[in-house]
Amino acid sequence: MPERNLLAEFKAGNIRGLARAISLVEQRDPSVRHLLEALANGARRPRVLGFTGAPGTGKSTLVDALVGNLRESKLRVAVLAVDPNSPYSGGAILGDRIRMQRHALDPGVYIRSMGARGHLGGLSVASREAVRLLGAFGFDEVILETVGVGQSELEVAAIADTTLVVLTPGLGDGVQMLKAGIMEIADVFVVNKADLPGAQKTMQEIRSMLNMGPKLSWRAPIVGASAIKGEGVVEVLAAVERHRAHLEATGEAAKRAEARLKDEAADLVAEWARAQARRLLDHDEAVAGRLRRDRIPYAAAEEILTRAGGRLVPEAART
Amino acid sequence: MSELAAAGAQVEEPARPVRIVLAKVGLDGHDRGVKVVARALRDAGFEIIYTGLRQTPQMVVEAALQEDAQVIGLSLHSGAHMTLFPAVVEELRRRRAEDIVVFGGGIVPEDDIVELKKQGVAEIFTPGAPLQSIIDWLRNRFPAR
Ligand code: B12
Ligand SMILES: Nc1nc2c(ncn2[C@@H]2O[C@H](COP(=O)(O)OP(=O)(O)OP(=O)(O)O)[C@@H](O)[C@H]2O)c(=O)[nH]1
Ligand SMILES: [Mg+2]
Repeated sequence: MPERNLLAEFKAGNIRGLARAISLVEQRDPSVRHLLEALANGARRPRVLGFTGAPGTGKSTLVDALVGNLRESKLRVAVLAVDPNSPYSGGAILGDRIRMQRHALDPGVYIRSMGARGHLGGLSVASREAVRLLGAFGFDEVILETVGVGQSELEVAAIADTTLVVLTPGLGDGVQMLKAGIMEIADVFVVNKADLPGAQKTMQEIRSMLNMGPKLSWRAPIVGASAIKGEGVVEVLAAVERHRAHLEATGEAAKRAEARLKDEAADLVAEWARAQARRLLDHDEAVAGRLRRDRIPYAAAEEILTRAGGRLVPEAART
Repeated sequence: MSELAAAGAQVEEPARPVRIVLAKVGLDGHDRGVKVVARALRDAGFEIIYTGLRQTPQMVVEAALQEDAQVIGLSLHSGAHMTLFPAVVEELRRRRAEDIVVFGGGIVPEDDIVELKKQGVAEIFTPGAPLQSIIDWLRNRFPAR
């Protein structure tokens, strides 16, 4: 497929080269490995901010405002905005970009809409590689906007340095989200739409939830904001800075970086193993036949792993 | 196979949907048509990046480049199609991205459609055009990859 020399386009700073490379990681094209490895040398990881929260809480509007602020400091900013695909057709309407139109022609801003394409967890399966690509391309900051999450889409915290959970007054979604594990992943709480009534109450609710929880070395600050009016944006960025300083000071930054790499490696193994399994299941009569006879998958799965390298079979699962 | 099962199979085999930037160019608030088209194309399996109202040709092209879209779909009901549609084609040329297909719809008289096609707009769909005809046209242009 890579009919073009992506590496050359990339190094020349051609935005189409970057855009194409992100499409290839989205399509899980194995050849991107060569591009990613060629670019890894000397590339620094950008700072990654993750925004998550229920649908319509104002994530995109907030991101738009933040991008404006970061641009004032001359930082190059990329936004990866994820929306769900239809489980029926696989198609999608990706609409986050509408809220970010004032940055459309700024060469220091790159906005990419991504379909989750069936990937669970609130992000796209390609988010991590996309962050790598964006760092190699020279972006200082990458902002991830997750799909409007329900309850269990917590993946963003594994990729972002700082995770911001966006809530709104009223709705009752605040309490819902806090119950669902979002509490644990929030590095910063943003109560957006503070121009609407009830913001103080929502902030108070979060505060008392935090008070009930365990005492942690980082207590997530709660910032009120009105993205639409541009209010509270400076305070949000200040909270992010403080969190970042905390990560550095406690050595947490290095720990998280290592954990991220391990996650990435493990997921790659799983992805490659899964692809191998699919091939054998669909094309190898011995494996397929065994599954048909057994009507329970353990033995077939072990046979697949054994063939792929016996050491892949977990100790506890060996016969 | 049920539709859902088919979708499941798609997850296994990484999807490569055609990506389309849809935009309302110029000062024109008629967005009902483009929204109807966006939903129909989503339901037909396309990834639609909707950029909203009041787009300039430069903004539309920049979005298509950043989004790695294969197609730009323009919607216009204000009468400015003879300047704005060719301006998008010209901007693509300037950015060396002539491979991106430009098509569109809205209020465009028959004679103008003939002229726009000469200028590099691939197709125009006018009021009453069945949504299926738009889907068929795209599928024909981009056979399953
Ligand atoms: C509804 C409507 C409005 C609504 C719009 C609501 C909205 N948010 O969309 C309101 C009341 C706001 C409105 C206002 C005006 N309108 Co008006 N409006 C209409 C009307 C009656 C129907 C349009 C519509 O929604 N059709 C339904 C949709 C589904 O059809 P569609 O948009 O045509 O889309 C289809 C195709 O065109 C195509 N298509 C459209 N976009 C795209 C994009 C792609 C990529 C593709 C592939 C296909 C495609 O596929 C769709 C499905 O078949 C038309 C008359 C008409 N019969 O078309 C006038 C009409 C478009 N309006 C007109 C005018 C003049 C105005 C005003 C200037 C009136 C005024 N003097 O105030 C204002 C301007 C407002 C503005 N800011 O732009 C004129 C335009 C004349 C012209 N261009 O020569 C029309 C044609 C009426 C007329 N006969 O004079 N309008
Ligand atoms: N009153 C008020 N409305 C806001 C504010 N911020 C955003 N909105 C509105 O809330 C709606 C949703 O905003 P988005 O930014 O699209 O929200 P989102 O969280 O990105 O939505 P999804 O991506 O669909 O989950 C829009 O109509 C915004 O104009 C705010 O500070 N105050
Ligand atoms: Mg959004």
